[in-house]
Amino acid sequence: MTEALTDTKAQPFIQIRNLNKTFAGRSGRGVAANATPQTVEVLKDINLDINQGDIFGIVGFSGAGKSTLLRCLNRLEEPDSGEIRIGDSVITSLSHNELLAFRRKLGMIFQQFNLLDSRTVARNVDFSLSVARKSKAARAARVTEILDLVGLSDRRDFYPGQLSGGQKQRVGIARALANEPIVLLSDEATSALDPQIALSVLDLLIDINAKLGLTIILVTHQLEVIKYACRHVAVLENGRIVEKGTTQDVLTNPQSDTMKVFVKVNNSMTSDTWREGEGI
Amino acid sequence: MSGFEDFLSDLFSLKTWDVIWPAILDTLVMTSVSTILMAIFGLALGTVLLVTRPGGLRPLRVFNVIFGGIIDALRSLPSMVIIILTLPLAKIIIGRSWGPGAVMIALALTCTPMFARMVESSFLEVARGKIEAAKSIGARNWEILLKVILPESLPGLIRAFTIAIIALISVTAIAGWFGGGGLGDVAVRYGYTRFLTHMLVAAVAVLIIIVEFVQVGGEAWAKHIVRKRHL
Ligand SMILES: Nc1ncnc2c1ncn2[C@@H]1O[C@H](COP(=O)(O)OP(=O)(O)O)[C@@H](O)[C@H]1O
Ligand SMILES: [Mg+2]
Repeated sequence: MTEALTDTKAQPFIQIRNLNKTFAGRSGRGVAANATPQTVEVLKDINLDINQGDIFGIVGFSGAGKSTLLRCLNRLEEPDSGEIRIGDSVITSLSHNELLAFRRKLGMIFQQFNLLDSRTVARNVDFSLSVARKSKAARAARVTEILDLVGLSDRRDFYPGQLSGGQKQRVGIARALANEPIVLLSDEATSALDPQIALSVLDLLIDINAKLGLTIILVTHQLEVIKYACRHVAVLENGRIVEKGTTQDVLTNPQSDTMKVFVKVNNSMTSDTWREGEGI
Repeated sequence: MSGFEDFLSDLFSLKTWDVIWPAILDTLVMTSVSTILMAIFGLALGTVLLVTRPGGLRPLRVFNVIFGGIIDALRSLPSMVIIILTLPLAKIIIGRSWGPGAVMIALALTCTPMFARMVESSFLEVARGKIEAAKSIGARNWEILLKVILPESLPGLIRAFTIAIIALISVTAIAGWFGGGGLGDVAVRYGYTRFLTHMLVAAVAVLIIIVEFVQVGGEAWAKHIVRKRHL
């Protein structure tokens, strides 16, 4: 962490340049023989700069390409073209082994938590450390430390099956942070949680961002999450970034159709006039 | 009703059990050794199927189609045919194409293709997200296989294994034809060929008990793991 923080702000910490991604269409499989293998352009010419220590939101409707964009950052999806830089590393040109090593510096958390049911809380976290080939002693110490950070010290020998959604996501966060990543990627991490639990998980992320200076990228389809946690935001619409800026600017002066709808819905829902709107 | 009494006294006579006991031992040895072979090869081949399938850890499209095709072709052959086909192989491996050793190899080969597919489908039950989470922390493919897919699929794998062992036991009946011995052999030779019903009944009863043990044991093991994990 420390050496990363001394980095000058000369150029943005994360740079995405001309990123494109297509998927071979899902249609045409098992259907008529003449069905052509359609390709779907999921990301179109994405350009984005993200500063170190920021909490950066990526928002859009379902199917806009948010998850795909996020997953390009650790190459769970392989981009078709374009370049991604994080710090001094050009992610898009890493070899397979370099990529594995770099992924240990990127944490990721998921909507469905994706914990290992076969392992206790402590051993879920230990999985990250074992992948990074840490020594036994260092692993044990780090597990204790990180579970303390996410407030789950008293649950270390529980199985995920014994935890609530909020606790599971804290384990997910602990696992993602175990190897002291330089970026945390969050794909709808609070979308499956009850509102007050979601809030406490967001508070934890904000707290970690403040304490560790960790850069966090939050993908969400919930405007409240952006409003509550993010300093900057990019709006994705059909695979294009249609708007980006500080959260305040984008929310007070929305330009894109997507953001106008988001803001309108948000205003209707939070207005104190009861059932007077015409709906959406 | 003296016929029935005769039957009962035959069934529990020393003469009968002098034949059955060694046959039980033969069946247990034969099944255990073939089970171990089947487990090793089935896990290995199932893993290859899983890893090379489209979207797998190391997709190899053409290889997967051909390899999967061979596995399925072998699976569709009657076990008797597979045994006949594999006995020459046994000759190469252990120098004999008859007797218990040869039969054990043949039995394992008979059930391995089926078990390989069952292993593959148990592995496929593991949620994609768990594998992606492992990838996202930089796990190597072997770590994903050994530390994620294998332990996460364990209850399903044990159930598949249970079914495969029982299938294997049922095939051991044919082993007698090739000098493998065992309970199936007794049932065929004494019960069918010589009309000694009490021998047939004794052999079948013991087979059923063995199968029931495997079934109950496997299910209890799988349940124990599920309960331990609070799933
Ligand atoms: N593996 C895939 N194969 C084909 N199409 C995909 C795949 N993953 C996502 N897509 C498509 O790409 C589009 C964007 O998906 P995604 O990035 O998950 O959107 P979001 O996270 O914004 O809801 C969707 O239309 C989706 O159907
Ligand atoms: Mg998504």
